[in-house]
Amino acid sequence: MKARITITLKNGVLDPQGKAIEGALSSLGFPGVSNVRQGKYIELDIEGGDAQAAEAAVNDMCDKLLANTVIENYSVKVS
Amino acid sequence: MKSAVITYPGLNRESDMIMALEAVTGRAPVNVWHTEKDIPDVDLIVIPGGFSYGDYLRCGAIAARSAATDELVRQAKRGVNVLGVCNGFQILIEAGLLPGALMRNAGLKFVCRTVQLRVENASTFFTRGMSVGDTVPCPVAHGDGNYFAAEETVRRLEDTGRVVFRYTDGTNPNGSVNDIAGIVNEAGNVIGMMPHPENRIEALHGGSECRALFESLLNQMSH
Repeated sequence: MKARITITLKNGVLDPQGKAIEGALSSLGFPGVSNVRQGKYIELDIEGGDAQAAEAAVNDMCDKLLANTVIENYSVKVS
Repeated sequence: MKSAVITYPGLNRESDMIMALEAVTGRAPVNVWHTEKDIPDVDLIVIPGGFSYGDYLRCGAIAARSAATDELVRQAKRGVNVLGVCNGFQILIEAGLLPGALMRNAGLKFVCRTVQLRVENASTFFTRGMSVGDTVPCPVAHGDGNYFAAEETVRRLEDTGRVVFRYTDGTNPNGSVNDIAGIVNEAGNVIGMMPHPENRIEALHGGSECRALFESLLNQMSH
């Protein structure tokens, strides 16, 4: 099974990289862009056929390593 | 005063730290490689600076999950003094020994310069040789030193004297909340700081103002 993990900064956490991207988009002439936030995307294969168990395992991986839950939220999709 | 220095792949400041510890305490620290499960009985364990695992995933994230770090956490919980400098600070946070997070510098640039560091708590194992309000020049060299924590965490750190060092005179290099440069855990035995005091302890460094921090380590430990 494949797990797709999206990690984003929590609301209220300053994202200097997002701000820099926003500035660059603006200077490229894209109007009306705001609130740019940069995150991470991780995918991995995991053995077994039980989607629920796989999702629980990946959530555990996120809590223990893949995300820093002080500043980041994550979401997991298993298929 | 016996000390140990843990080294992970990608660190580059371990030699400076080892030299500083030996110069001031008169005793070479024990080198511990990150795969080692045992850290000998010492008074102080130090994680120096650098770029462990190339800063992959998040700075310090991979190093925080290694055998030597597990043992460091066990010893810290038993009360052994621990100091993390720069990447070492990031690793201590990732290992859960200190609260908050160290994010990308607000200016997005790697900053390598000398800042002014104000001692805010002079009762820790690393600041006892100084007084509250003492200000020393100290080098910084990092891209991810922007200290962040939830508002109530910052308030708790401030109210309980757990901010040990603050950038002063407008020299905050990274956008850290409240100009925080270094903090201590609740028990008082784990300190993390972004600046590099080991690089300001002799004339060849341009000054020796930070030597007093290392001298704080003396005369307080049994070995």
